Amino acid sequence: MILFENVSKTYPGSHEALSNVSFHLHRGDMAFLTGHSGAGKSTLLKLIALIERTTRGQILIGGQNLAGVTKRKIPYFRRNIGIIFQDHRLLLDRTVFDNVALPLIIAGLDYREITRKVRAALDKVNLLNKEKQLPATLSTGEQQRVGIARAVVNKPPVLLADEPTGNLDPELSEEIMKMFEQFNQVGVTVLIASHDLELIKRMQHRTLVLGKGKLIAQFPEEDS
Amino acid sequence: MRRGRTKKPEHASRKMQNTSSRRPGLIALIKNYFLRHMQVMFYSIGQLSRTPFSSLMTSAVIGIALALPSAFFTLLDNVQTLSLGWDGNAQISLFMKYNVSNSDAQKLATKLRMRQEVKLTRFISREQALEEFRTHSGFGDVLDVLEKNPLPAVIVVVPATTLDTPDQIETLLTSLKNIPEVDLAQLDLEWVKRLHALLETAQRGITILAVLLGLSVLLVVGNTIRLGIENRRDEIVITKLIGATNRFIRRPFLYTGIWYGLIGGLLAWSAVFTTMMLLKAPVNRLADLYYSQFTLSLPGLENALLLVFSGALLGLAGSWIAVGRHLQDIEPT
Repeated sequence: MILFENVSKTYPGSHEALSNVSFHLHRGDMAFLTGHSGAGKSTLLKLIALIERTTRGQILIGGQNLAGVTKRKIPYFRRNIGIIFQDHRLLLDRTVFDNVALPLIIAGLDYREITRKVRAALDKVNLLNKEKQLPATLSTGEQQRVGIARAVVNKPPVLLADEPTGNLDPELSEEIMKMFEQFNQVGVTVLIASHDLELIKRMQHRTLVLGKGKLIAQFPEEDS
Repeated sequence: MRRGRTKKPEHASRKMQNTSSRRPGLIALIKNYFLRHMQVMFYSIGQLSRTPFSSLMTSAVIGIALALPSAFFTLLDNVQTLSLGWDGNAQISLFMKYNVSNSDAQKLATKLRMRQEVKLTRFISREQALEEFRTHSGFGDVLDVLEKNPLPAVIVVVPATTLDTPDQIETLLTSLKNIPEVDLAQLDLEWVKRLHALLETAQRGITILAVLLGLSVLLVVGNTIRLGIENRRDEIVITKLIGATNRFIRRPFLYTGIWYGLIGGLLAWSAVFTTMMLLKAPVNRLADLYYSQFTLSLPGLENALLLVFSGALLGLAGSWIAVGRHLQDIEPT
């Protein structure tokens, strides 16, 4: 589902943020991406979401080569990827419901279907009773869950999360991770960037370790 | 076009989509499209009403910029209807040569009346002219001293109402001048010509003013929308990250521009209307003093529609320029 082949990324006038990274996540895999800050975790996720372009090598998502996705097609490509941010990035002047509905509105669904899907997504993150509230009235954990609901409401085949538990205490982190596992169980390919090694160890999923832009270790070893 | 563009990526993505949603029909798509536009329309007016004061300020600037040329044009229109009244009074006096007899002159008068560009003619014989002069001029006694009647016969020609420009009257005048019996053809057309020239200058000036103020409306809307885009930078980045097209992001800004212009147009119209209402009474009094039937005509419905429409159009154009320039720069990093 996510295939990296000798991918390198050099920012203009800077060092190599990623160098010669290759790995393959199959459909329905769940994996962690870890490493020190500055190791290239964010860059790797940005390449998948087409926020940045590779300098060398190629990335295939669901069999589609990202080099072939023109600027005009990027929005449509991104609709197949749910992204969760550390700072949740909600629209603060809109209700929880409207925030979660946004991807569906963008996709042009009709109102009834939007209502149904938003409720379903909010139900999965246990926030159904808060749909009319503004994000600012929610706790950090709840805000993050709204972000997750928004990322999954469109049922994207790929879910990316950048430090989703960075601002949360261990208990809440565990809860969030359990949610990711649930999505993974229904076939979503999940890639989570995190430096919370304790948590990663407990979760026992595949782990990619980045160091200074290089893929320095994988647990368990890739069998293909 | 629109569908074609969106179709391709959908196909490409179908491979990776494990849940295929029901494909809506064409009618449903069109319905959805309009529904979405309606939503954005109301959403954008909702946004404006959240900051009523600053929205109204922007609209008021637009309103004043549109009201100025519009008020001038309305006044100009009024002056033009005033100058149209001249043709009833215009008349050309043909002074016959001294040796032309009364009967010859009378025949000429009858002949002239047949011409298309002549409405009617009036013949004044030499005797009548003398009589008129005697009663009106107050020089009656002086005339008695003269042995012979010094006055020529006169034919007064009233041009047809179809001749409504000074040029056409001028042409008639020269053709009359060339008649052999005519000694002198006189028409006091200078004031009409001057008025027309003045009106033309005013019209040109106001047109230039209108264009300049129209440009300023573009700039005002453009700048306001640019600020709006800056204020919503984060929101734009987020929506781009979850797959919004530029078109989707652009839409509310364009509607906002239209609303600014539309409300500005309405304000402009009410300003012009109020101005004319305030001017009506004094102008009528002035006209009365000149024994004129002239009354100030108020701007009509088509004027209102034109103002609102051009306001909306300028608003749309202004926001389009701003959006085109600034939306491209905002990309997630």
